[in-house]
This record gives sequence, C-alpha cells and structure tokens, in this order.
Amino acid sequence: MIRIPALRFGKPYTSLDKATLIHHATGEPVAEVSQVTGSQISRDVGTCARARKDLAAIPIKDILAIYKKAADYFLNGTLPCGDAELTFADYVRNLSATTGSPMVFCDRNARKVHYVLGNIEEVIGGLTRGLDVEALDRGYSLKNGRMQAFYPTTDVFGAVLPSNSPGVHSLWVPTLAFKIPLLLKPGREEPWTPYRVIQAFLKAGMPAHVMAFLPADHAGASDILRLCGRSMAFGDDRTMAPYKNDHRVEIHGTGYSKIILGEDEADNWEKHIDLFVEAIAANGGRACVNASAIWTPRHGDKIAKAIAERFAKMKPRAWDDPACEISGFAKPEVAEAINNLIDESLKTPGAADVTDAVRGTPRLVKEGRVAYLLPTVVRCETPEHPLANKEFLFPYASVIECPQADVLKRIGYTLAASVITNDAGFIAEAMACPTIERLNIGALPTNRLTWDQPHEGNLFTHLYKQRALQLADGHTARV
Amino acid sequence: MLPDTPGKPAPVTGATLDERIANAKKQLDAHFVEIVKWHFNPETGTPFWLEKAKTFDFNPLTDVKSFDDIKRFPIFEDEWLRGGPVRKWVPKAYANRGVYVFETGGTTGLPKSRIVIDDFKIDYEMMSDTLPDQYFPRGSNWLMLGPSGPRRLRLAIEHLAQYRGGICFSLDLDPRWVVKCIKDRKIAEANAYKEHCIDQALTILAGGHEIKCMFTTPKLLAALDEALRNGKLEDKYRSLGKAIPSGGLRSIKAVGITGIFSGGTEFTPQFTREAYEEMLDNGEVYMTPTYGNTLMGLACSKPIGPEDGFKITYYAPQPRAVAQVVNPKNYDEIVPYGGTGRVLLTTLTKEFFVPRFPERDEGEREPPYEKYPWDGVSGVRPFSEIAGSTVVGVY
Repeated sequence: MIRIPALRFGKPYTSLDKATLIHHATGEPVAEVSQVTGSQISRDVGTCARARKDLAAIPIKDILAIYKKAADYFLNGTLPCGDAELTFADYVRNLSATTGSPMVFCDRNARKVHYVLGNIEEVIGGLTRGLDVEALDRGYSLKNGRMQAFYPTTDVFGAVLPSNSPGVHSLWVPTLAFKIPLLLKPGREEPWTPYRVIQAFLKAGMPAHVMAFLPADHAGASDILRLCGRSMAFGDDRTMAPYKNDHRVEIHGTGYSKIILGEDEADNWEKHIDLFVEAIAANGGRACVNASAIWTPRHGDKIAKAIAERFAKMKPRAWDDPACEISGFAKPEVAEAINNLIDESLKTPGAADVTDAVRGTPRLVKEGRVAYLLPTVVRCETPEHPLANKEFLFPYASVIECPQADVLKRIGYTLAASVITNDAGFIAEAMACPTIERLNIGALPTNRLTWDQPHEGNLFTHLYKQRALQLADGHTARV
Repeated sequence: MLPDTPGKPAPVTGATLDERIANAKKQLDAHFVEIVKWHFNPETGTPFWLEKAKTFDFNPLTDVKSFDDIKRFPIFEDEWLRGGPVRKWVPKAYANRGVYVFETGGTTGLPKSRIVIDDFKIDYEMMSDTLPDQYFPRGSNWLMLGPSGPRRLRLAIEHLAQYRGGICFSLDLDPRWVVKCIKDRKIAEANAYKEHCIDQALTILAGGHEIKCMFTTPKLLAALDEALRNGKLEDKYRSLGKAIPSGGLRSIKAVGITGIFSGGTEFTPQFTREAYEEMLDNGEVYMTPTYGNTLMGLACSKPIGPEDGFKITYYAPQPRAVAQVVNPKNYDEIVPYGGTGRVLLTTLTKEFFVPRFPERDEGEREPPYEKYPWDGVSGVRPFSEIAGSTVVGVY
C-alpha cells in the first residue's frame, strides 16, 4: 500500500487521519492518503502572499520552460508518489484501480493533462486571447500601442477536484504559469493526478512552496472555497448551490450538454448517428461535455432507436481491457441509486427506455464488487418530463422532439451545444443564445474541445482583472 | 475561592492499582445501591421512576445489591426527556430546592430537558481538581467561548471559574441557529455567525481583563486561532486606541491564555495534534479535552501529548457516572479491552438517575489506570450506524 502525505506548500505532512483507498474490483487497499483539517488549510493559505511574490519574481520564460520539462516528466518520468515511485503506466493503473474508470480512459485523459503542460503557451494564448506572455512579468502589455494592464485577484488559487476523470485536471494546470500559487484538494479516490503533476513540477524546478496538495473532507473543501480569493469547484447542483452567487468560485457543475438538430438537418439524422453516440458515450459518458439530450424537430423515435441499437452492443468489460467502453462504479450503491431514480422517473407517463426494449437485459449489471450502468436512451414526449433534462454518471441521453422555433427558448442552461444546421438564421439565433456556454456549429460532437479557447469560465480572467494604467516618462512597472 | 458544594464523593484510596480498582468497584456498588434506593423510595424518590417501577419485574428497593444489577433496569430512552411536566424528574426530597433546567438538541421538535440543582457544580468542582494550577492559575479570569442559552456548559464554566477564584466572561452563541444554517446549506450565514462569535471573544480579550483560562470547542478554538493569526485582535486594539504589545497578539499564547479546557466529540487525535503543534506553541499552552453531555456530566482525559500519538482516553466521574463500552447489538455485553463498541452512559446522582443510556458515540474500551481506577473509553466518535444523520455546528 502506498502512503501519500499532504504537501503543505513545500512541507510533506503525514496526518493521523488517513483515507484508505481500495481497488474497486478486488477490494484490496491501494493507498493511504493523509488528510488535513480546515484550520490547517487556513494556516497554509496565510503563507500564500509571500509565495505569490516569489512566483511573480520568476521570469515567465523560465516558468514556461519548467512546464515543458514537467510535461516530459509527467509522461515519461518515474516520479515519487508518497513512499513509492511510479511510472506513467503505474500511475494510470492506480488511477483506474481506485476510481473504477477503465485504464484506457484514464490513459487517454491523463494525456490531456500532458498536452496542456507541453503546450502551455498555446493554452495561455487561448485564455488571454493572444496577450503577450511578457505581460505576466510586467503586469501590462503595449502591443500595437495599446495599453492592457492587469492585476492579480488573489494570492492563491484553490481547486476542489472531483474523482471521476483525470481530464478535468487540465483546467487548473495553467495556474502557475499565471504566477498564482496553487492549492489542490484532490477528489477522495483520485489523489494520483494532482500529486503527479506537482511532482513533475518539482522535478522540473518549480519552487515547492507555491504548490499544495491538501486532501480533506467536505468541510475542508468549504474552507478552501471560503479562504481562497479565487477557486474552482466540481460538484452537482445541490453541492454547488451555496456558491452560485459567489464570484470568487468558478463552478464546474452539471453540464446538461445537448445536440440540437435544425429543421434543415433533421431528415439527415442517420448520417449523424456516429456523432450522437460519441457525444453521449465517449469516455464513459461522465464528462459535463457529454451530451445528455438530443433535441430534434422530428424523427425522435427513429433517432432514439438507432442510438439504442448502437448502445446495445456496448458490454461491461474488465477495467484493464483496452476495448473497455463503460466505466464501472467503484461504489455499487451509487449505480443502484441512479438506476432506481431512472426507473422511478419512467413511471411518469410520457417516456420510454428505448434501450431496454432493444437490449432486452437490465440496465444495472453487477459483477463481483463492481456495478455497471449500461448506456441508455430515453425517448421523452415533452421537454417537461423528469427524464428530459437529466445528467447521470454513465452514457445517458433523452431524445425530445421540439420545433426549431422553440428549441433555444426551452433548452435551459447548456454547457456545450452542438447545433447541426446550415440555416443562417438559426445559426444567428444560436450565436445569440445566452443559455449556451460552449457552442459548436455543424457536425461536431459536444465533447470535442479545443485548447485555445476557454472552457466553462476563463482561468485568466478569474485570476486577473484589467485595470487602467498610465506610466509617466521613464517609468516601468513589474507585478 | 468558593467552598466545596456538598455531595463530592471521597477520593478512591489504595496502595496499588489493583487495590484502587477493587476499592473503586466497592465504592460504585455502594453508591449505586444508595442512589437507587433514593430515587425509588416513596418519600424521597422521583415521580417518573416511582411510576416506571410499576412496570418492573423486580423491586429496586430490595433486589438491587451491586452495580451488576443495573442490567435489570430498562435501557434509558432519551425520548422520555422530551416534553413535560418537567417536575416529574425532580426528586420529592428536593421539591423545595431551586431547580435549573438544561436542554440538549432543540433545532427541530421538542428539546430534551434535564433538571439540575447542584450536580453541575459538583461535576465541575471534581473536574477542577484535575486541572494543573501552573496552567490554570487560581484566581485568574476565564473566557467561555462556547454556547449560551439553556445549556449546562454556560453555567458550569462560570461556576468552575468562580470555584477557582476567578470571574468568567461569556458571549451570546446560539448553536441551534448554526445547526439550522448548516441543515439548510446556508454555509455563508453559518460562517458569518461564527465570525460574529469570534468577534465577541476578541472584544472581551481586548478589554484588559487578564484572561488566562478558556473553555472552547475544537471548531471555535481553530476559528479563534485563525482570527488571531490574521491580526483581528490587533485590529480590535487599534480600533479601541490601545497600544499593541511588543510581541504582537497573533497567537493564543501571545494573548496571555495559558490553559484551555475543551470538549466535544470532534476532539480527534489529529485535531489535538494540530492544536498542540500549530495553535498552542507545541504544548506551551495547556489543553485538556473532556467528553460530556447534559445527561452525564463530564469525563476527563488522560493528559494528551505526542508520546502516545495524541490518543485521547476519557474516564467518567465514577461513581457519579459510569461509561461502559458495549456491543451495540447487546448492551449487556461489555467489549474486551481495546475492543470497539457503543458508549453506554449511566448517571447516578441524587438529582438524576439515568440507567444505561446508549450515547450517539462509539469508541474503544480502555483499562483503568492510577488516577482513574476504572474503565475508560478512547477514540470517541459519532456512532457509525447513525453518524450520517448528525449535524455538527460550531459547538
């Protein structure tokens, strides 16, 4: 068993309180993770003003070079993990073991983190919309004779992280490049990626006292969101509700991502089936950018049946099988609760589980300690049905018929929408739709991300505010 | 210094630990028989128990010979304490005495009520005897950074301060409001209320009252430490036009507090270690955890420290109260030493008789030792079968 300490801005800390992580399939203990308290977090946050000044003093070119090296170490190096040393393959194996996410997904998503580390300039360029990186040293840019000045909004950025997919870690990775110290609270089952990124940074030369790895309970997470001047948090609508109006917290909650077919493309639905399946089921269907609904003016029954026929071929496979398409639930009771919720909701008239009819076997499958939920498509007669606008931790989508003229008024909050149409008027309406955050026009799945554009909030504008700055002759400035 | 309140039991004697254990058992057996006779005697007894005795298949006045006979009594149901008339709990012998009522719970529904006359004074005087004078100097003033309202703690700490010759300063703190905020997920409101409480404490500390001792809970201790580190007391001094001492006011030690008496099931070894190492200057400020509730009184801890991994072991104030660690599926079965079980409390005072009340906590059974020659309990934490339903606020 691997013993993983907390990292308190440079000081490893072995706590008397530890969380034991077990292998989702075998039940064997895999790791013991030291937990810190909210008051320790508070004490550590108090050191960050100094850490930010130290980080600000490092030239951005040096920091970018550290990122490049860290990218290499992350993917190709053997890095410390508590009292063990792990290769990338070891790391992926442990990650899969404790989260239940298949190794093939873990590997693929961990490479996204590597991509962001290795292409940090592209990512920064996307977040700052092309700001000269030297501005991060000086606090301003005079590109094309225009003054653009910024100041940091916080001495530390706190990230309260989930356990479901390592891909999300790509979102906080640029923080240090923005010269803001980083405090990470890992998801209970996923200490692996945050710890490995920190170790890669350390080996590449990043000062230890600008990064913290602080495993904690829910109360500790609340303390991070309370104490950090800026933070991000992942959680469902209920967990995140208290922070909805807190501008200091960037919420990554339920995505409710959707595919919307225009009148002109509805009859061409058959040629988009691959896209529908990918958008709903890629990566086990657990991401906020996985589609959870398809809205179409007509052919709802046919679309649902065609997707169901594809879903019916997806079977549970062992976590280390490279052909794995479905994630297991390390906590079977979670799968059971979701399954019960769907079954209860189906009792409300106006919805049918189309996959159930096509597959002919139950949605919930239990194999040993692991439970699986098989991909599911529900045909809803109206957008008001309780299953029409739901998102679950497995490949799930509703199919709803709705006239094009009404659809954008009725979809509600949508993190990622793929609007498949060539109708210029409908495209213009989609471009102006305030409830869509990420917009894809044309045949692009909702989960297809580009790294040079912000995702669900912009880390740079979260960490910096623009200000007016005038410099008298002969004056220069530094942050 | 106040004189002792009558009713304090005699200390256990004995040259060896075995002798002390045997004497403590004899003392408990005699005390148990006396208390049962008192509560079930038609002249002195408690109306509730006199009525309840009609349902017993034994006579408490003649059939109870030793503490082992406690198994003949029914498991105490705390629901009996909800609602009135509260006089049913006042022994007839005390009908003409002044009676306090203390409550527990009460966030929703009826709170549980317990009557008290002198018990809280006796309990805290016994507790006072365990406090080292070096850290809790006689005559020094106290800060009660804990709940106010119909709580036993509020009066008990004040009495403790007075008993030791000091004066106690307290604040307004309604724990029920905090629990409501947390249940409603109003985290910002709960935090604002905590800050309001800490601000009251800072105002008292800024008042020049020479406070050296404090009662607080783990959460409030951490909140006070955070406020001090962030310079909130120094800000308070500035706002009052007072000079800040040369050493600053950014730690509990720096403000002059030398001894902390603290309580609550959130007292984990990790929190204790953190407090010792990071809030109390590696033990330079003395802290003693206690475990108690309105029903039982309070149990003291063996001294804590790094030498035994900050393990916290509590000992009930026997013979006035007994804490047993039992099999949660069979309360008659005491678990072996080191074994885990539910905490079963018994209160045995002339004011209040509570046989075998299953606490909302579990822990490990600990052997007797010199100072407390009877069983103890360590690792106290919310009972795992009901832990999810418990909301812990600031207190």
